[in-house]
Amino acid sequence: MRFVTVRNIVVAALLIFLALVPIYSTMSGNMFLMTLFTRIVILAIAAVSLNLIMGFGGMVSFGHAAYLGIGGYVFGSMATEGITSGFIQWPLALAVCALFALITGALSLRTRGVYFIMITLAFAQMIYYVAVSLDKYGGDDGLTIYTRSQFAGLIDLSNRVVFYYVCFASLLGAIYLVWRIVNSRFGMVIQGARSNDRRMQSIGFPTYRYRLTCFVIAGMMCGLAGVLLANQADFISPATMHWTRSGDLIVMAVLGGMGSVIGPVLGAVALLVLEETLPHIISVIGGALTGQSMAAAREYWALVLGPMLLLVVLFARGGIDGILTGRHRG
Amino acid sequence: MADALLKVEGISKRFGGVVASDNIHIDVRPGELHAIIGPNGAGKTTLIGQLAGELAPDSGHIYFDGQDITAQPAPVRAALGLARSFQITSLFLDFKALTNVVLAVQPNLGHSFHFWADARNEPALIEPALAALKRVGLEHRAAVTVANMSHGEHRQLELAMAIANRPRLLLLDEPMAGLGPEESSRMVAMLRELKREYPILLVEHDMEAVFALADRITVLVYGRVIASGDPATIRANAEVRDAYLGEQDEEFVDG
Repeated sequence: MRFVTVRNIVVAALLIFLALVPIYSTMSGNMFLMTLFTRIVILAIAAVSLNLIMGFGGMVSFGHAAYLGIGGYVFGSMATEGITSGFIQWPLALAVCALFALITGALSLRTRGVYFIMITLAFAQMIYYVAVSLDKYGGDDGLTIYTRSQFAGLIDLSNRVVFYYVCFASLLGAIYLVWRIVNSRFGMVIQGARSNDRRMQSIGFPTYRYRLTCFVIAGMMCGLAGVLLANQADFISPATMHWTRSGDLIVMAVLGGMGSVIGPVLGAVALLVLEETLPHIISVIGGALTGQSMAAAREYWALVLGPMLLLVVLFARGGIDGILTGRHRG
Repeated sequence: MADALLKVEGISKRFGGVVASDNIHIDVRPGELHAIIGPNGAGKTTLIGQLAGELAPDSGHIYFDGQDITAQPAPVRAALGLARSFQITSLFLDFKALTNVVLAVQPNLGHSFHFWADARNEPALIEPALAALKRVGLEHRAAVTVANMSHGEHRQLELAMAIANRPRLLLLDEPMAGLGPEESSRMVAMLRELKREYPILLVEHDMEAVFALADRITVLVYGRVIASGDPATIRANAEVRDAYLGEQDEEFVDG
């Protein structure tokens, strides 16, 4: 096992970069960069959690954004009701996510393949419309949250630098947790069930309960991302758990590489940075080529991003991580 | 008969109009290799499926060590000590050979709700797995990804996985399937070794292998047992010759 590889250098560089973002932002006064990367780090947590079930467990959930919303709404509604302590909000948000994952997972995991994808999507849509109908908490328009989670004065989340580092530490924690899980006996069972569930049963594993446990762990992890996301935006709306957001999370995992724990982080950074910068790049390149203002072309960034994703899926099935390691696994 | 380890009492299984198992009675005693033979479509794999717990019989009972396991699912039966190998190779193709066997060892160490400790170098998992690989002659291939191994090696690995968690009874579904003559004779030698340690229920097409290994043979045709007895009895049985062995095989079977 070599530790100095292209891939490990890139990963280390990325983590160092992420660790230094607030310092650079504060020094240069570029606060937008920190806002963007706070969001990237939070969504990376969600993508890492999705990859635990999708990449390692073979459970392609198309409703993972539901946990972003549930985490956000539990936090938001409690804040609205005057319960601002994070010590109460956060565990409760995770508990509700666990319950939702347990119930929907118990039903979804009885199905396979396309049916699993559709049923997880259906549950997420269900909870989406529940949020739309919550008039007390803003309904369709969403809910503005006036107080961020309070930690008895120990951690001040309204400080943007502190908040960033809380998110970054959560991401590192999520990566480490998933890494431990996939290499444990439990993780072996999960990956075995992805590879050949029938054989796992005949060897002596009741795989259903292992897969369900994994589903719940991933849901809770994503719920944490939801709490953080709503804290950052001071706002939560049904749009947070729109099915396209679930799709974004899948894209992050696939783009970054489902075969590794760190892949989805690469994917989240790549996707969100591209989303942010492609419009500028298009207008600048377009302007240079035609000599005219191409500001209108900015709208068409997705036309560029789409084919890029297609190329990754077609030619680098291990995603970015697969390209870096030279391992193009499917 | 009371000392039979595995006892099947009148199981039947119907798929639509097809009777795949028709009131089958068989048993496997300790120390015995009991072979099931029969032409294609005789319901041999369906029978194994019911014994392993993948298929539920429509009627009848299955006892293992005196315990009625008819209603038990596959993982429970595996935990009781019933290990099976598959006719159509069923491995973890994207894993290394050693990992395949490690997975087979793992249930032996109790439940697997261990989320933290690194399972990749746990001696309790690795050592028995390596021993099983060695047993089938694959120890030098431990680090190879299974998808890159030959068919013959796959068959050996199937066997390694079946014996990895020290079962009390082996259900082997055509271990010679697709093997060349040389590989087959090596497999026969290996089964002869295993037979000393494990009671075996062997489903097999390869007559030479069956008559070389079996203590008892049961002949299945259209889901029905038409004959059961020691190899000499089966060889002499006229009904078996008519229904299955055929005239052209006579010489070969007699020899």
